Amino acid sequence: MAVEVRLPTVLRTHAGGASVVSVDGATVGEVLAKLGAEYPGMAGQVVQPDGSLHKFVNIYLNDDDVRYLDGVDTPVPDGSEISILPAVAGG
Amino acid sequence: MTPVLRLSREIYMEMTGHALRGLPEEACGLLVGTYGGEEVVRFFPTENAVASALIYEIDPREMLGVDREAQAIGADIMGVFHSHTHSDAYPSPTDVAQALDPGWHYVLVSLRDTHPVLRSYSVVDGVIGEEPVIVTGLE
Repeated sequence: MAVEVRLPTVLRTHAGGASVVSVDGATVGEVLAKLGAEYPGMAGQVVQPDGSLHKFVNIYLNDDDVRYLDGVDTPVPDGSEISILPAVAGG
Repeated sequence: MTPVLRLSREIYMEMTGHALRGLPEEACGLLVGTYGGEEVVRFFPTENAVASALIYEIDPREMLGVDREAQAIGADIMGVFHSHTHSDAYPSPTDVAQALDPGWHYVLVSLRDTHPVLRSYSVVDGVIGEEPVIVTGLE
């Protein structure tokens, strides 16, 4: 099933400038893996080689941080929206 | 890469006011406008999620809310603002290491001296470039 993935500005260059892309997958991890496969420039920027989330991104499924759900194993219902948000911090 | 940042007098005052109200901690916020563009259309002050005088962090939930408000007006998050309470308005090594978006404006307000000092930068592949700040509405 397809879900909409809202991309942060820094990643859009890898998707031809699109702010939202539609990707298939039954879990957050599957969707993000598919995203990296379809847009190779994003591979490694969201998910680490071991499949865990990169520490500089936050993934929201609709209104919830997936780290407080089941992480990459969180199921994604049809029609839901995933937002990729860069961690914004500094000193 | 845009070499200039334009912001209205009102937004300039919101930024410096938010920085002063945040003392003794660092304050932060998000700039909304056209990604890669020159003009800040709206400024969203945010909480410093780590409540520190040395570092700042924007809560991703708050960022999600700003991103949705930006979408609603056909705009995007196009930069970030934060204050330095005791140092120059210049990106620290920590700021540079965590500046991930080459298209963003990185706005710093220093509260080290009597008056707030506001400056803006690009950070591309770890290289800092200062950009002139034009405050509109002062005529």
